[in-house]
Amino acid sequence: MNAPLPSAPLDAHTTRRAADRPPAVEVLSAEKIFANGTRALAPIDLTIADGEFLTLIGPSGCGKSTLLKLIANLIQPSDGRILWWRGDFGQVGQDGRGLAFVFQEPTLMPWARVDTNVRLPLDLADVPRGKADPRVSDAIARVGLSAFARHYPRQLSGGMKMRVSIARALATEPNLLLMDEPFGALDEFTRNKLDDDLIKLWWERKLTTVFVTHSIYEAVFLSTRIVVLAANPGRIFRTMTIDEPQPRSQDFRDSARFAAYCRELSTWLAEASLPSASGATP
Amino acid sequence: MKPLLQSETFVRIAAPLAVGVVLLAVWEIGCRLGSIPVYLFPKPSDILASLIKNGPSLLRALLITLRITLQAFAAAVVLGTLIAFMFVQSRAIEISLFPYAVLLQVTPIVAIAPLIIILVKNTQLSLTVCATLVALFPIISNTTLGLRSVDPGLASYFRMNRASRLKTLVRLRIPGALPYFFGGLRISSGLALIGAVVAEFVAGTGGRSSGLAYEILDAGFQLDIPRMFAALFLITVTGVLLFGAMVGLSRLALSNWHESEIGAEA
Repeated sequence: MNAPLPSAPLDAHTTRRAADRPPAVEVLSAEKIFANGTRALAPIDLTIADGEFLTLIGPSGCGKSTLLKLIANLIQPSDGRILWWRGDFGQVGQDGRGLAFVFQEPTLMPWARVDTNVRLPLDLADVPRGKADPRVSDAIARVGLSAFARHYPRQLSGGMKMRVSIARALATEPNLLLMDEPFGALDEFTRNKLDDDLIKLWWERKLTTVFVTHSIYEAVFLSTRIVVLAANPGRIFRTMTIDEPQPRSQDFRDSARFAAYCRELSTWLAEASLPSASGATP
Repeated sequence: MKPLLQSETFVRIAAPLAVGVVLLAVWEIGCRLGSIPVYLFPKPSDILASLIKNGPSLLRALLITLRITLQAFAAAVVLGTLIAFMFVQSRAIEISLFPYAVLLQVTPIVAIAPLIIILVKNTQLSLTVCATLVALFPIISNTTLGLRSVDPGLASYFRMNRASRLKTLVRLRIPGALPYFFGGLRISSGLALIGAVVAEFVAGTGGRSSGLAYEILDAGFQLDIPRMFAALFLITVTGVLLFGAMVGLSRLALSNWHESEIGAEA
């Protein structure tokens, strides 16, 4: 068994979780060493509660994307294991549960219209058209693109393409939404707008979300809990719980508490980036 | 309504047309002023007269050449696409067979045409085989490249959704390969015509008559230079029409999404 790293203190906040429901994801001493010997992640323990909006943030090279990909089962841990709703990944589909992944790029099929793009995961899962179509139009409506269902991606702006990508994820009616810096390439206004909409979507469905970002403001605005990672090797540095009324809006962004959270998170990130924070030798 | 000269479509058609008319006029006037004999270099009016006089025989020849060209082109598209699919299915197949596709491409058709014409008894068929060999390579190489050039993000999305090989091919690889495929069609359609004419020349010198190339050879023997030019004119027009048809087809298929054709509809 792997002992917890001394530089990854247990945070008192992490005890505040919905103990009655089974956790969505349990990362149990999962570790990732790439084929070239790079130790991307030291053994990590992380429990993601059902309905939580968890954000992973940290300096580059801290393994936040690697951790997200482990949770998405896109890559396998070198050691340790990951449980989804207390089961293996193979069980996920059989339980009628599913997870959806939103990339940094919209990754849409340029030759297909918006509705066809959104229907793609359902088509790949052989969902009949009669059942798929209402879900597709519902998903498109929820990201506010009903008027653009018959448009091609090239006719849409960057923010709209990202909405299509989110609609495609929502169409599968996932129980776990994984997002890898989805709004990183957008300008700040568009990003704020999409953040507003995302938190509404999350609040409506209590859709467990794991979100990776570089933006402190975005992390504080969206998350119920923020996990700060440090690099060399990637590991959990500290976690911060944002216990604020939902659904959040611009009022929260303008509040003094928001600024305080951001200040503290910023300090933590600076500490996580210091060489001395990399206490553990690889 | 915009003035005619500012309309882009008008300029696009009128400008090259004007150049053509000027060139023809210079040609006609030059020949007349220099009193160049018809058997050395005919005037455009001589060529037109020959085109009308020899109309039926030239038209018959054109149909033969056109048939060989279209058969070869169709065969090249079907074969080339199938071979490209095969190449994409396995690296081993591609590595083992691609050098031979290149070999086929770099061997001059005039060098192998006599062999094929001897081996294949039916003249039509032998000429079609020759033209197919010429037209095949661009389809293979372009379609293979297209099928391989899959957006890596979309590819991992398909993998993540556990898409089958067939679904990935139909929904991702084939649509993504279309722009490359149509590029191949444009090159290949022209090559099919060139292949057909070259093969006809080889067959014609061997005494087997058919097509426009034979008309050119025959006219050359009889020093009927205007007929040579008339046949040449028909070959050129056929090539331009084929190319135009491919451009139209590509526009029809891609104008909604692909960069190469965007704005073409405007």
